[in-house]
Amino acid sequence: MSAVSGRAASVTEAARNRTFGPLYSRNAKAVVSRGLMATRSTNWLVMVSGFFEPVLFLVSMGVGLGAIVGDVRGPDGTSISYAAYIAPALLAVSAMNGAVYDSTWNVFFKMNFAKLYQGMLYTSLGPLDVAVGEIFLALLRGMLYATGFTAVMGAMGLITTAWALLMIPASVLIAFGFASLGMGITSFLKTFQQMDWINFILLPMFLFSATFYPLSVYPEPIQWFIQAMPLWHGVELLRQISVGSFTAATSLHVGYYLAMTAVGMLLTTLRLRSLFLR
Amino acid sequence: MHNEAILPSGTMTAHRPPGVVISAANLTKTYGDVAAVDGITFSVPAGESFGLLGPNGAGKSTTMKMIGGVTRRTSGNLSIMGLDPDTHGPEVRAHLGVVPQQDNLDEELRVRDNLLVYGRYFGLPMSYLKPKADELLEFAQLTDKAKSKVDALSGGMKRRLTIARSLINEPRILLLDEPTTGLDPQARHILWDRLFRLKEQGVTLILTTHYMDEAEQLCDRLIVVDKGRIMAEGSPAQLIREHSTREVVELRFGSERNAAIASRLEGIGDRLEVLPDRVLMYAHDGESALEQVSARGLRPLTSLVRRSSLEDVFLRLTGRSLVD
Amino acid sequence: MTEPLAAPQPALRAHRPEISAAKARRWGAFYYAEQVLRVMKGYSWSIVMYSVGQPVAYLFAMGVGLATLVDSGNAAFGGVSYLAFIAPALLVSAAVMTAANEFTFPVMDGFKWRRIYYGPHASPLTPQQIAAGQIMAVTLRLLLQSAIYFAAVALFGASPSGWGWAGILVATLTGLAFGLPLMAYSASITEDKGQFALVMRFIVMPLFLFSGTFFPLENLPPAVRWVGWISPIWHGTELGRVLSFGYHEAPLLTILHIAVLGGLAALGWLLTRRRFALRMGQ
Repeated sequence: MSAVSGRAASVTEAARNRTFGPLYSRNAKAVVSRGLMATRSTNWLVMVSGFFEPVLFLVSMGVGLGAIVGDVRGPDGTSISYAAYIAPALLAVSAMNGAVYDSTWNVFFKMNFAKLYQGMLYTSLGPLDVAVGEIFLALLRGMLYATGFTAVMGAMGLITTAWALLMIPASVLIAFGFASLGMGITSFLKTFQQMDWINFILLPMFLFSATFYPLSVYPEPIQWFIQAMPLWHGVELLRQISVGSFTAATSLHVGYYLAMTAVGMLLTTLRLRSLFLR
Repeated sequence: MHNEAILPSGTMTAHRPPGVVISAANLTKTYGDVAAVDGITFSVPAGESFGLLGPNGAGKSTTMKMIGGVTRRTSGNLSIMGLDPDTHGPEVRAHLGVVPQQDNLDEELRVRDNLLVYGRYFGLPMSYLKPKADELLEFAQLTDKAKSKVDALSGGMKRRLTIARSLINEPRILLLDEPTTGLDPQARHILWDRLFRLKEQGVTLILTTHYMDEAEQLCDRLIVVDKGRIMAEGSPAQLIREHSTREVVELRFGSERNAAIASRLEGIGDRLEVLPDRVLMYAHDGESALEQVSARGLRPLTSLVRRSSLEDVFLRLTGRSLVD
Repeated sequence: MTEPLAAPQPALRAHRPEISAAKARRWGAFYYAEQVLRVMKGYSWSIVMYSVGQPVAYLFAMGVGLATLVDSGNAAFGGVSYLAFIAPALLVSAAVMTAANEFTFPVMDGFKWRRIYYGPHASPLTPQQIAAGQIMAVTLRLLLQSAIYFAAVALFGASPSGWGWAGILVATLTGLAFGLPLMAYSASITEDKGQFALVMRFIVMPLFLFSGTFFPLENLPPAVRWVGWISPIWHGTELGRVLSFGYHEAPLLTILHIAVLGGLAALGWLLTRRRFALRMGQ
């Protein structure tokens, strides 16, 4: 109202007038730098191990089983090796798993046990700063893993086109979709038993989303159902990019994830508002 | 109403004259080069409430674990109900109720189920355990929490549940390792009241504590331990009589000046103890000692005359205070 | 003050400590097993969902879906369908994964997180009995889960031989062969630095993927074939295949599988007993 109340009051006033009001203080980077600091004290082997899982699957299934399967039909109709066929799918699965883990178990633990977020919210941070910061960290980690995995694909001779490098940003997009939706869903969950539900959804999605064999083996109604699931779009998107063959479906896949991210962020924001700003 | 006697008199007291239930001679436990318990000797007659008083790391918990038959001694002799816990662990533990320092309740089970499951470890039949569990919940003032999850209980409630659990086999000897550490004053008083009832029923209580008020409230007799050794032994009143004066004057001159002024207090009372935050002046008559301080022209910021406590005994014996 | 209490005392109702001790010496392990089972009952719904859902999902995805890519009746698969080839492997692997969970986090919970082992330890039970009780309860869970898994396999028509049901026992034994040495390791951990995540990713996953699960071990480059030879999953899987569809292998090799699995389980049991006694007696 008056100039006497000084700068502090005007900052508060400005915050109150922002779109997300007290939910967001434009300081997600404080959460990010805390996260980066925390990684220094975590076991680096555990960090590295996350990168190995898809590589182990690629070697086992691609090489071991690939010897029996032989060549299969790639996304552009030409035949490619079985390893080249499943590698992008494994990358998509790994992006999903990492993002879901970071945005569900990790968040659930910090929220209910470590009480980390309560401490953060006693400062000038808003819940959306925390959410955005945590998602950003998850994506950063996902990007490192994706880069490593792409390098392994290159070393195994599974990359034939420069387009394949686009798999890295694409898998970050996939991770973004899963992380934002995952965080919104986690805010509803209260017990470990409920957290188990997440595994019951992830496992079948991993097994059935045309990861190891083409969708055409299913009867048509099941095909539709799987095409409605997010992972299938991720698998198809990365598979197309890996050989540099783009169709109209490509933009559909990208659009699916953009929409999923938007819905996820909206859900997360609404949930945070009802949880923290009552 | 008929709950007066939670623990009916057992065969032990009925068939044996009240004799010694625990005796330790030269009891020693070393971890590597460090002696946690360094040759302590004591014995406890049936029905006594016996305390081990000492600061953290004095060897109290280690002694309790050896009595409880969960840690083997390095040397010395130990007998509980005439049995050696190192060779007859299960037999010894069957006589005991144990309240450990840290609660180790099963948080995945409900409150009442914790009691039932624990009773099963003693081979007790469900026909006995079910009414007994209800009785003990009543005793621990947890009846309305019977179906709650353990992690929903407050610290004081968990502690009372642990005590209820330790009574499921109707033990005649109860080991309590720091029973009230970390509890708020009200919760401590409720707990003391429950323990006092057990004592009245003739249960032998062995407890460790670093709270002097707890030791004074509950113990018939105690040993003061420091660095694994016994520094003194006796009833609380006896120890105070032997190792301290009747009263103490606490004087504060400000943290910078306590030590400097202490030299000007020489000669008043029996003894001076200079601590960083205050000067303790031991005297039979505190008020007259305080008058002498004023007579010397010294004006403390605050002064307090009080009765000597076990804290003073400990300070006298070790030169350190109990609670850091 | 020294007068005995005048109040009438009810009759002693708990049996005497001597009886408690004698009963605990005899049945102690069962008493602790009962406790673990009661805790499991708290999440029995998850256990059943997992036991039923996992086999159905894997059998469909791999045995039916993936099978379309590999030639059925391929000589590489012992002359049977791909589904029948991988069913014993999936059965064994599922038991190993469950064992990997049950013998890590709960053990850490017992010693460190919530210290639940120290409750019974103050009762007449011995550390060895506490270990044995936990093992018995998990064995029961493995048997139940494997039985459900086998029922699913049988419904998929993936167990041609009449001896297929014995795969339930093989899977349980394999779970113990892998799980008991792991339990001894879990009991030795005093500081949680994410060791279990490493065990899952650097030991359980590689063993699952390189133990002749989805394809015969000979299809792997010789450089990594050794993973299978030391893997309980491979020994259990091959044994399961012999029972399930008469997989051809030298009889001596079959005996070796049993010896390795039995030996690992026994060794793990011994190490676990020692670890428990050492750690609790400290």
